[in-house]
Amino acid sequence: MDHLTIIGWSRAEFIGYRCHPQLDTDKNLMNFILKQPSVLPGFALTLGFALFYLSVIVLIPLSGLFVKTSTLSWEQFWNIVTNSRAVASYQLTFGASLVGSLINGLFGSIIAWVLVRYRFPGRSIVDALVDLPFALPTAVAGITLAAIYASNGWIGRYLEPFGIKVAFTPLGVLVALTFIGLPFVVRSVQPVLQDLDKEVEEAATTLGANRWQTFRAVIVPELWPALLTGIAMAFARAVGEYGSVIFIAGNMPLKSEITPLLIMTKLEQYDYAGATALGVVMLVASFALALAINLLQWWSNARRSNQ
Amino acid sequence: MKSLSITSTKDLLWKDSLTTESPLIRRLLIGTALLYLTFFLFIPLAAVFAEALKDGIVAYVESLLNEDALASIRLTLLVAAVAVPLNALFGVAAAWAIAKFDFVGKQILITLIDMPLAVSPVISGLIYVLLFGLQGWFGPWLADHDIKIMFALPGIVLATIFVTVPFVARELIPLMQSQGREEEEAAITLGASGWQMFVHITLPNIKWSLLYGVILCNARAMGEFGAVSVVSGHIRGLTNTMPLHVEILYNEYNAVSAFAVASLLTLLAVVTLAVKAIVERKTHFPTIVADPMSEVQTGSIR
Repeated sequence: MDHLTIIGWSRAEFIGYRCHPQLDTDKNLMNFILKQPSVLPGFALTLGFALFYLSVIVLIPLSGLFVKTSTLSWEQFWNIVTNSRAVASYQLTFGASLVGSLINGLFGSIIAWVLVRYRFPGRSIVDALVDLPFALPTAVAGITLAAIYASNGWIGRYLEPFGIKVAFTPLGVLVALTFIGLPFVVRSVQPVLQDLDKEVEEAATTLGANRWQTFRAVIVPELWPALLTGIAMAFARAVGEYGSVIFIAGNMPLKSEITPLLIMTKLEQYDYAGATALGVVMLVASFALALAINLLQWWSNARRSNQ
Repeated sequence: MKSLSITSTKDLLWKDSLTTESPLIRRLLIGTALLYLTFFLFIPLAAVFAEALKDGIVAYVESLLNEDALASIRLTLLVAAVAVPLNALFGVAAAWAIAKFDFVGKQILITLIDMPLAVSPVISGLIYVLLFGLQGWFGPWLADHDIKIMFALPGIVLATIFVTVPFVARELIPLMQSQGREEEEAAITLGASGWQMFVHITLPNIKWSLLYGVILCNARAMGEFGAVSVVSGHIRGLTNTMPLHVEILYNEYNAVSAFAVASLLTLLAVVTLAVKAIVERKTHFPTIVADPMSEVQTGSIR
């Protein structure tokens, strides 16, 4: 007879116990959480710390936003979030973010293509600098873009004669949101291009397709999911952006005021309820976008691993 | 005409020309890419330093040695000195649990780690105002006990930690997943303690990515603007971090000083990117910069 049964343990429990000598008091809980026993130590400690840390820093503060909103009546909430100034700010924020991310979709793909397929002097420096908009503090990006696109700035002075004003207009918002979105498209398209099998292209060409046909029929279908993911990530980043926009936008209510700035303005006027209601709208939009990006990514990865 | 067996360089070139474009198209594409980057990357980068040095090197140095500028630099260093080690510790712990164990709810935990990346920086600040502000949950209690969190150092530190939570963890998780658990399992089986295993096996394996994660986290911590702006109260020389000081100087039309402080932050960003390039070369593993919710989420490794 198995001596384990004498003390009332199954063999599996015994192995689980042997594998987690340090966890024996929480054995049942750990066996429930852990799908597979492991000899490695520190699971309870690291997971416990990570959960505690995330709860204190992220989860509790974020849920506070929803709790605060629930003190508003539905009518109050609706009046705040559909106020004409708020609606104008959504239109600008989401509109400029969409256009900016589409511009990046086009030029980001070209940049990724050039970086992967061609060799030219300075390529590795360009490759490294593509991430600059991500690493550069947003306030620095903001004052710099405002300075160069102002009517006396390096670029602005050449646009002025054509009647194009960028700084302190909605166009300025677009410039800032395009700037910060660039790395997202390049960095999601680049790895897919790198993995692309050249033999398929060779086959297409050998079978009589010209370069353009090969590009459309062979390369574009492979790139689609990653490109859409990159555009969605650039869009999501742009929607929440604050620092780089406020310096170049001019910030005129109803005209060049983005939603995060409107939240800021309400906070400065101690209108916490108003700021919270708009914050909830933004947060729900961000989560919806994050979910969409996840689905896109899942699709993209499924495509790649099926090859 | 064209033989199918590749014997000469001419044939090799012919084969290569199947998968590339004509020189004209190639130059056009490279030109378009570089032109776009010139407008959105190179000119802004050059402009920061040009504007900072507009009135000469003396004015530049004087701007940086200004009392308020120095105070903002000190505060920024202090905030990063608290936020970065905490997030590094969190990153290592979370990556260890996620990469080396299979457990229920792993995906939810990963989503939670990425959440601060999806949230607008203004909202990241707002949530702490709602907790600790005068009208907030703990506000009255804190006021009674004379504890200042909002418009003071603790608030700035909290908001900075929130914004930079994901960075170290996101660098480590895919790397540690790809490395598997055999080495650590061997160490434990051979009798190493948990700490010995960590110091002799895990740490050497992850040191480069950990270094980059810490440096990226640091760059974002020192550069955070929106979230810190909400919670700081903008008290000059007291609660102004470097990005906030840049804003104040710029709004006072003191462009040279604003760009002088901004140039330090820009150097920090450039150094961060250089470290990224070096780390990628050392590890042959792609670092994750601008890629929220991607590799980590799906757990797939290139």
